[in-house]
Amino acid sequence: MTRLHLVWTILCLAILSSCAGHQQSAIDPAGPQSGKIAALWWGFFWLLAVIFAIVMAVMLITLMRRPPSAIENRPPEQAESGLKRTVTAATVITVLLLFVLLIVSVKTGKATADLGKQSSLLTIEVTGNQWWWQFRYMNSDASRILTTANEIHIPVGQPVLIQGRSNDVIHSFWVPNLQGKRDLIPSRVTTEYLQVDNPGVYRGQCSEFCGLQHAHMAFYVIAEPKDKFNAWMQAQLQPAPAPTDPVLEHGRRVFLNYQCIYCHQIRGTTAAGQNGPDLTHFASRRSLAAGVLPNTIGNLGGWIVNPQRIKPGTHMATIAVAPNDLQPLLQYLESLK
Amino acid sequence: MSATPDAFASVPSEHTELSLLENAWRHRPGILGWLSVTTHQAIGMRYIVTAFIMLLLGGAEALLMRTQLARPNNTFLGPDRYNEIFTTHGTTMMFLFAVPVMEGMAIYLIPLMLGTRNVAFPRLNAFGYWLYLGGCLFLYWGVFTNTAPDVGWFAYPPLSGPQFTPGKRADFWAQMITFTEVSGLCVAAEIIVTIFKMRAPRMSLNRMPLYVWSMLVQSFMVIFAMPAVVIASSYLLSDRTISTHFVNPAEGGDPLAYQHIFWFFGHPEVYIIFIPALGFVSSIVVANARRAIFGYPAMVLSLIANGFIAFGLWVHHMFATGLPQIGEAYFTASSMMIAITSGIQIFCWLATLWTGRVRRNTALHFAYGFIAIFVLGGLTGVMLASVPLDLQVHDTYFVIAHFHYVLIGGALFPLFGAFYHWFPKMTGRLMSEKLGKINFWFLFIGFNLTFFPMHILGLKGMPRRVYTYPVEMGWGPMSFLATVGAWIIAIGGIIFIVNVLSSRRSAHFAAANPWDAPSLEWAADSPPANYNFEHLPTVASRHPLWDPPEERAVVTGLRNDRREVLVTTLMDAEPHHRYVLPGSSIWPFIAAVCVSIGFAGSVFNPWYVIWGSIISGLALIGWFWPRRPFHMEP
Repeated sequence: MTRLHLVWTILCLAILSSCAGHQQSAIDPAGPQSGKIAALWWGFFWLLAVIFAIVMAVMLITLMRRPPSAIENRPPEQAESGLKRTVTAATVITVLLLFVLLIVSVKTGKATADLGKQSSLLTIEVTGNQWWWQFRYMNSDASRILTTANEIHIPVGQPVLIQGRSNDVIHSFWVPNLQGKRDLIPSRVTTEYLQVDNPGVYRGQCSEFCGLQHAHMAFYVIAEPKDKFNAWMQAQLQPAPAPTDPVLEHGRRVFLNYQCIYCHQIRGTTAAGQNGPDLTHFASRRSLAAGVLPNTIGNLGGWIVNPQRIKPGTHMATIAVAPNDLQPLLQYLESLK
Repeated sequence: MSATPDAFASVPSEHTELSLLENAWRHRPGILGWLSVTTHQAIGMRYIVTAFIMLLLGGAEALLMRTQLARPNNTFLGPDRYNEIFTTHGTTMMFLFAVPVMEGMAIYLIPLMLGTRNVAFPRLNAFGYWLYLGGCLFLYWGVFTNTAPDVGWFAYPPLSGPQFTPGKRADFWAQMITFTEVSGLCVAAEIIVTIFKMRAPRMSLNRMPLYVWSMLVQSFMVIFAMPAVVIASSYLLSDRTISTHFVNPAEGGDPLAYQHIFWFFGHPEVYIIFIPALGFVSSIVVANARRAIFGYPAMVLSLIANGFIAFGLWVHHMFATGLPQIGEAYFTASSMMIAITSGIQIFCWLATLWTGRVRRNTALHFAYGFIAIFVLGGLTGVMLASVPLDLQVHDTYFVIAHFHYVLIGGALFPLFGAFYHWFPKMTGRLMSEKLGKINFWFLFIGFNLTFFPMHILGLKGMPRRVYTYPVEMGWGPMSFLATVGAWIIAIGGIIFIVNVLSSRRSAHFAAANPWDAPSLEWAADSPPANYNFEHLPTVASRHPLWDPPEERAVVTGLRNDRREVLVTTLMDAEPHHRYVLPGSSIWPFIAAVCVSIGFAGSVFNPWYVIWGSIISGLALIGWFWPRRPFHMEP
């Protein structure tokens, strides 16, 4: 048992230390909050690992000890006063350590929750849907509210307020490298602050079971310097330009004439569906179908022709696109930068 | 009866008296007789065997899941089948295996440990078993007709509501709860009354074995926790079947209220499963360290405190829903508090083992395995009590690792230890120690191989309940390791079954007390007669079988021609009066069938609540119909 545990501990440490740099990891922090949580984790880990090692050592010694053979079935109370003192001391130490853990845990909780006491925060409303994410950048000027899906850009070094909602069942918004998770609950609004210090792409994933495609409900957070973020924001606020190329124009007609418009919006066209992701700047996004596939023209074709094959149960309708309409449609969608 | 000497045989007994006793406790012949049995050994054994079959089914489901997750983007199971299987796995293990098997062990062992002849309400006991069996058949009827629940074992609305899970799948889940909870409440009531009123004379409360204490605490917890889940599942079921508005947000209901009510049950449920297991560990440790438990009062008080604290920390399952900070701090503190009472018990066992003369048999292997695994699970539990850490690892594989460490380590390992410990008592045969130790190592290594990597998977961001994952997440190698571990556990399980089957036929007959253990069940024959003891024992200490034989006394003066037992006082167990227990009866079976028809039918048509009540009422009239002359037939 000893050797086994030793091997396990070493293996565990090796693996834990090797996962730095991973794209979806709670112990590879990229912001002040996840940094504090990761520090708390390592504090808990080392303290509790020591306790575990001590208990295991005591346990193994009980197996190896050869106590005097003449032990009574019922040892008299006074004969065990030393043992009693040890057990009492162990209990007292347990209580004291738990107090320490309680205090650092509550302090960390407060520190990670209280980021955004400043005014005029960037506020992003996230709405969970089976099985994709809608993001809206809130603004007091309604014309500057930006709607996008499955991908957010945020500026580094400043707190962002996330307001969580759900359109159907309970989901949970979680980007492990940045912050703990927050449930998105129908009929309620939940809030959470985020801050990223290192520019980069961070993956998040729904972490409350939400039905058939819970496994395929991911999103990306792209943290970038303030000026790059502002440029992105400006670009996203623009409506989709009317295509000049005849093939793209054909593609746009296809989009507007098929059932696509019942669910999808493309600002700048008459497509104004609200049940599915906004596609105005679809081609600027990294992934298809909430993180299932990279956003390439080939994958998009496969997704449109048979979404149930790629994401069984998805609410994306299977639309019989005529063969000569498919290529223009794909090219049009991939032109929506 | 076997030829082993009765520890209380010093009292002369008339041959005719013994045959009267045997006649009074005889099972009726035939299939009707089999359905009419009300003795606790038979009912307890039926619980254990049924629950073990459920363990095998739940284990098979686990293997299917692990096979699907062995590599990224696997297509062995689709999302629909996978969701059904993980829900059925959790539901089976929690409701149809873990709680019932603990109840079954208690039904078997408690009357023997207390030195009496049956539980307080034998017919209720039989009724509880048949209803539990009804629940098992009901759920697996769903499983084999493509109606297995697929919304997770806690079935959160609105996902489980009428809008997002049409069809009958979630109804099968909700109504299966009702079956098992009614059954659980029956058992809890009779265990409490049995412990309080049917102890051997002078077995005062402070002389009860720790296992009896653990079942007392567990039974009270069942009584306070189970109604909450019946309410939660009834809300869900009525929202689904008769369009009420309890927890469906589309109709103005509150899905968080459901979570609160469910976890008010759901957290104590975990302790309902492992507190009896703590009792197993105490029995195994005392018998195999060959000394009295160290710190009996501390152990008892910790058990009771566990029972109370268990009801004050349910919100740590809901930290991610966003609570005010003061509430979070309170539930962090209460969740950490459970580490104190659990820690005290670990310390006391270690102190007992430290100063004992340890006999390293298979049961003790499992007790040590329990300590190793359970301590690790408890420490990750302390991590989960911390809100910031919980928000990172909640609903990930870290949590899966944690609760399998506490439930498999905390309940299944002691249970296997208990099987090895009491198998000689239950069957009259010793189990193979050699196979037993192989069995232990397969389970121990397989378990750690399966579940330890899951801690790391959780920290690396793998959410639970995903049917597959992309290759670039890097979760593949450790998932594969976990799958290998799961198959090693399966081999361990097969070794156990082989050991049980071969030992039942082996020539290694067990004496009445093969481990020289101190509690009263070891005074009965192996296996015990239907009436357990020819003469009910009395006790003079916490360890009656370690007392010198000349100090042992028995109860005389009970009538042997009917099922008579002694009722004693609550605190000090002074003899109070004689009481005649009811004998065999077919009515509990008939009543359970009627109630099952009502429960099962109500999933399809609410009117079955009415029809079911009427036929159940008729069955109860038959059950309670007075017999004349007023005399309980055997």
